[in-house]
Amino acid sequence: MGNVIGIGAAPKRKEDQRFLTGRGNYVSDIKRPGMTAGVFVRSPHGHAVLRGIDKSAALASPGVIAVLTGDDVADDGLGSLPCGWGITDAKGVPMKEPPFPMLAQDKVRFVGDMVAFVIAETPERANAGAELLKIDYEVLPSVVGVLEAVRPDAPQLFDDVPNNICCDWELGDKAAVESAFKKAAHVAKLSLVNNRLIGNPMEPRAAIAEYEPGTDRFTLWTTSQFPHVVRFLMGALVLNIPQHKLRVVAPDVGGGFGVKQFHYGEEAVITWAAKRVRRPVKWVASRSEGYVSDRHGRDHVTEAELALDETGKFLAFRVNTLANMGGYLSTFGPNIPTNLYGPLLGGVYTTPAIYCNVKVVFTNTVPVDAYRGAGRPEATFVLERIVDVAASEMGIDRVELRRRNMIPKEAYPYQTPVLVQYDSGDPMGCLDGALVAADVKNFGVRKAASASKGKFRGLGYSTYVEACGLAPSRFAGRLGARGGLYESATVRVHPTGQVTVMIGTHNHGQGHETTFAQIVSDKLGVAFENVDIVFGDTDRVQFGMGTYGSRSLVVGGAALSKATDKVIVKGKKIAAHLLEASEADIQFEAGKFSVAGTDRIKTFEEIAGAAYVPHNYPLEVLEPGLEEQAYYDPVNFTYPGGCHIAEVEVDPETGTVTLVNYTAVDDVGTVINPMIVEGQLHGGIVQGVGQALFENAVYDEGSGQLLSGSLMDYCMPRADHLPMMKVATHSTLCTHTPMGVKGCGEVGTIGSPAAVINAVVDALSHLGVTHVDMPATPNRIWRLLQNASLPVAAE
Amino acid sequence: MQISFTLNGRPTTVDVEPATLVAELLREQLDLTGTHIGCDTSQCGACVVHLDGLPVKSCTLLVPALDGASLLTIEGLQGAPGSNRMHLMQEAFREHHGLQCGFCTPGMLMTAVALATEKPDLTEADVRHGLEGNICRCTGYQNIVVSVMAGAAAMNAAKGE
Repeated sequence: MGNVIGIGAAPKRKEDQRFLTGRGNYVSDIKRPGMTAGVFVRSPHGHAVLRGIDKSAALASPGVIAVLTGDDVADDGLGSLPCGWGITDAKGVPMKEPPFPMLAQDKVRFVGDMVAFVIAETPERANAGAELLKIDYEVLPSVVGVLEAVRPDAPQLFDDVPNNICCDWELGDKAAVESAFKKAAHVAKLSLVNNRLIGNPMEPRAAIAEYEPGTDRFTLWTTSQFPHVVRFLMGALVLNIPQHKLRVVAPDVGGGFGVKQFHYGEEAVITWAAKRVRRPVKWVASRSEGYVSDRHGRDHVTEAELALDETGKFLAFRVNTLANMGGYLSTFGPNIPTNLYGPLLGGVYTTPAIYCNVKVVFTNTVPVDAYRGAGRPEATFVLERIVDVAASEMGIDRVELRRRNMIPKEAYPYQTPVLVQYDSGDPMGCLDGALVAADVKNFGVRKAASASKGKFRGLGYSTYVEACGLAPSRFAGRLGARGGLYESATVRVHPTGQVTVMIGTHNHGQGHETTFAQIVSDKLGVAFENVDIVFGDTDRVQFGMGTYGSRSLVVGGAALSKATDKVIVKGKKIAAHLLEASEADIQFEAGKFSVAGTDRIKTFEEIAGAAYVPHNYPLEVLEPGLEEQAYYDPVNFTYPGGCHIAEVEVDPETGTVTLVNYTAVDDVGTVINPMIVEGQLHGGIVQGVGQALFENAVYDEGSGQLLSGSLMDYCMPRADHLPMMKVATHSTLCTHTPMGVKGCGEVGTIGSPAAVINAVVDALSHLGVTHVDMPATPNRIWRLLQNASLPVAAE
Repeated sequence: MQISFTLNGRPTTVDVEPATLVAELLREQLDLTGTHIGCDTSQCGACVVHLDGLPVKSCTLLVPALDGASLLTIEGLQGAPGSNRMHLMQEAFREHHGLQCGFCTPGMLMTAVALATEKPDLTEADVRHGLEGNICRCTGYQNIVVSVMAGAAAMNAAKGE
């Protein structure tokens, strides 16, 4: 018999055994009898008219089975890829929503846009066939940057989207902000770029589809964070496959970070193709293919202004952003730079008036969608940067300026002027904890030591809040969501008392098999080893919205908690019958049902056995069996946050920025497994550090070619780029989730870019540097230093 | 062509196209899918195996290089003979939460075992430098570094026994 391992413990992960021994089951590991190989032929041009495709040579190539193009999609009457959010402008006019065909029709709009699918006996044969396709393009000028795309003379992606603007979105009280700016003693201004990123989960995307003529059923194995949503979007809206005839399996998935939470055209093409060729079809992306097809993240150009009174109190905040959508609207695309951005511009401060305008813009680039943090890192970066700019201009200490404006712990729940109401938090407590943990008081000594080596040392802060646990469905619906955002869980108690949980979230590294088992072990008093978590298969799991937006524990864990409570309620009824007592007198604790005030007891296993062998059982009023299901729709977002402090050293000879210390004190609510939470914080922080120091997706204006198209050109953080980070939690409990949890998947990525760049600017501030755009590469810093070292700072 | 080599301790002969990469041979022909392919530029290290005891990226090695050699993959990594346990490095990764999604893990482990074998008294800087050719997107490397140091120490201690 194993032990109960409950909430707050740190057992080693259940999922590790298979991964450590090479026995994982990723999509690319799967083989099906009679399997064929498919390759996508993608546009090499950023923007072109597709005049025609000659398939004949490719079809004649040895081993080639079929070649599918946009014309075949049209002939079969299939739908285009749906967008899950419909936002509107200030007047209520819906966003422009041009169709996103799964294989290009008439025009291609980014390098990587899918033009054809070649199916052959082997990947080599498919590639050889693809080489023989004759595709007639009329190349058009591309536009890749948002500033360029909205100019009147810019190339137009769609005939009916003037100036390439999908939506001119706004939030907040514009008039109140304008009047506050008139009264301001000081206005800080900042122009910045939030650099475009490529998510790079280590497992490239892949899919296999199979059609069984005998049952008219399809199975799709796909590297997805949300298989049920793929089943719905693809089955109901693209391929017209009834939901009960379509099984979507997302087995072990090697990281997601948002990249795998969209319905991709590849999935639809492969599923459709499997029926056409009557054999299983497999596609595995190369990394380079992923670079031109995985949805990208971020890519904003922003002008921000912060109005302050003479004491440094924030009076109003105004933000104007151009957000890049790429060539088409991806599943969540337009939601990210709007609903997940504007409402976070209040941060942890009492700013009374906020106005945000976002122009959502089409360009000839890969569609842009959610990437870890999704909108919230962008908001945090603008706000935490401009607070530093204001502090510097007004001669107020950066920490002091933050304190003067911070929402005090006792002011929660706190209604911001931008829709959201924070239920709980203690930003001052996180700040105080981080100042100690980062040993800020001795920073001067460290700075002097760096200076003696000819290096510039800087310290940067980010005190931030984010919104997690997507999402209250009603609220999301008002903002334009076209689906619900609840989660579901089934707790199946077996006759022997072991438990299988079916849950609609998806584990791709977050440790759900462990964390969720702890919740069940804790609540039911069942041994940790006797609980298994099932996810990622629409035939096994009832329903679910998947994993993104730090929602798995917050929303899925809550559904699991509710379903577990229902098991206890039913167990009490069974126990009352067996113990001949009133149900009201039955207590359940540590896996035992007892009659209050007596030593009469039934174990959880005995109750489970009675439920499945109902000889002595109240069959007139109670069904046999012990299996309960719950759906949970949150009443609010959760608001994790904290304080991050970065310390960097800049080598003026080379421009190299070295992150030397990093401290994070985060409020993530109740911690179920501290080992896993720390791991999430580490990984999240480093993704933010990657954005701040290394990563940048770069396109060539005019041709639309992706210049950072491989791991040779796109700099990922590596082990030797990083110091040992100090992470800790300073939790207040969420007031509306069942266990007080807030979520921890994205906090690191949201808090860290601003902390790192604020540290870089601090290190260079004596040279008159007031802002550095991301990534702060040696090239960029060295150039800045060359200009700054002139007698009069050039910038 | 026919190639004979030792695979995870067993004599093996395969009939394979010479232009096949070792990673492809393992995954497609021998059903050893623990060796992963995470990139196409030999950058990510998910495919690291040991060739005659040295770590190599199997996505960049053609199968003729195997002839007469000894190849160890993640499936062959194990604890002391007869112990029915995982390798000490695998145990250390589990103990210190050195993995999340698991995709980079086989390559990380193979690199880590080679590092620890080559230099018994690894410093943190040695480990970080030694992992430069293995990319992880989940962990921020912190717990991987901790795991490798712990695993190396355990391997060292076991040698003394």
